[in-house]
Amino acid sequence: MTIIVLLVIVAALAFWFIGGYNSLISLKNQVANAWKQIDVQLKRRHDLIPNLVNTVKGAMNFERDTLEAVVQARNQAIAVEKQGATVAQTAAVEAQLTGALSRLLAVVEAYPDLKATGNVAQLQEELTSTENRISFARQLYNDTATQYNTKQQQFPINLIAGAAGASVVELWEITDVAERAVPAVDLSMGSPPRRA
Amino acid sequence: MSEEDASVNLFAQQEANRRRSRWLVLGFILFFAWLGFGGDWIAYQLTAGNPPREYHHVVPWFGLLMMAIAAGIAAWIWRTGADRVLWSAGAQEVTTPSSPEEAQLANVVEEMAIASGVPKPRCWIVPDDDPNAFATGHDQQHAHIAVTRGLLRLCSRDELQAVIAHEMGHVKNLDVQLMTLLAGLVGAIALISDGLARVLRGGVRFGGGGGRSSGGGKKGAGNPLVLIVIALWFISWLLAPLITRVLALAVSRKREYLADAMSAQFTRNPGSLASALEKIEGAHAPTSAIKKGSAHLCIADPLGRRINESESWLSDRLATHPPMAIRIARLRAMGYQEQKRSGAFIASPTV
Repeated sequence: MTIIVLLVIVAALAFWFIGGYNSLISLKNQVANAWKQIDVQLKRRHDLIPNLVNTVKGAMNFERDTLEAVVQARNQAIAVEKQGATVAQTAAVEAQLTGALSRLLAVVEAYPDLKATGNVAQLQEELTSTENRISFARQLYNDTATQYNTKQQQFPINLIAGAAGASVVELWEITDVAERAVPAVDLSMGSPPRRA
Repeated sequence: MSEEDASVNLFAQQEANRRRSRWLVLGFILFFAWLGFGGDWIAYQLTAGNPPREYHHVVPWFGLLMMAIAAGIAAWIWRTGADRVLWSAGAQEVTTPSSPEEAQLANVVEEMAIASGVPKPRCWIVPDDDPNAFATGHDQQHAHIAVTRGLLRLCSRDELQAVIAHEMGHVKNLDVQLMTLLAGLVGAIALISDGLARVLRGGVRFGGGGGRSSGGGKKGAGNPLVLIVIALWFISWLLAPLITRVLALAVSRKREYLADAMSAQFTRNPGSLASALEKIEGAHAPTSAIKKGSAHLCIADPLGRRINESESWLSDRLATHPPMAIRIARLRAMGYQEQKRSGAFIASPTV
């Protein structure tokens, strides 16, 4: 009788272990996948910038600083990420790029002639979309990472976190003050500014 | 913790939708089986009293045939239901965006695919001036999102994003599977019963006298059980379109609230869906491109029926969509809570 009870307990524990282990692994892979999504979108942004700069360069001779800041931020971001940066480092350089880009877009807004060119409007839409994609990818990453972190720290799953090779992952924090202020700038095409 | 709850809910919702889809197909086939084998039984009773030389209905051909037809229809709808829905709405796929509007739509769909973590669905445009949108498809990998031209014209980028996020919610929790299946079955039954009604009307006029003159039928028809079954059998033929339609209605009301909430989760901006819904509600002309059979797929009732505006018991059963005013109010409340949590009210004077 006691043997049966013991067997049942052992079986229940084994099932619980397998379930917990698998859910941790699945979350871990989801986090990795979400991170890859961010990578794809960052790459897209880096590729888009030379195109954008070339298009507006001629018409914006007197805004050289703004353009140069964008190019510089982009090159720095690429250089840092090539060395295999941490989440925080990547976040920091990309935040700078975001800030530089939003200043450029604000400047473009100020030149109606420039905006009227079909090419620029199209690029502006592409850039708006890229910025959105990055922020949505970041949102998905942070949500998934938080879920993963919470799961592995909660009792009793924390007992098997070691066995599943789970460790707390870094969130993508918005560190730059300039980027926090970005929503105040109207980047979208003709939509009303968001209410505070 | 709340995020984990959400993921558990999502998983439960997906499972519930898969289960309901299977039950729906099973119910559809069983209903056809009843129609078929019921007919066989009646025919068996009617021919049982015939002299040995005359025809006896022993092998239930009718039932077997109906089951095969039902299984065939269900399999066909299961596989091509989404194409049927898109085709009936006259939707055109956006493969290479040819105008800024289309480019924006393609971008927004891509963005929402990222936000929801679902593969990018194919996007379609319905040439109709009334603003509306729907999602259809078989699963997350084979999903379609369609919007009308009117929606593209009327909504700002943020609002379009919110509407697409709502449809993405339907895709993510697999509402699309159940709702597309239902649209297909409603269509199939309506078609069959229309056709049958026509045949029966012609047939009764044609063969009315002949049936009565045959002596063999009289013995079977005297049995009250046979009469009851015959009555039930005819009633179920007549009620079939009605039953499937009520099913379609019952299934879609709660889903809209859920998809609204998912939209807010993806965009983190419930206010933009609220203002999109206000615009859609304001336009409120019937979306003529979308037929009755697929009305329950849309973000707002394409037929503009009044019953959707109330929350009574009856409308709970007969309306496809929850009242717009309540949806908007809920979204506005979400936006308010979001702002309160992020401290926007305290921070705004200083920033």
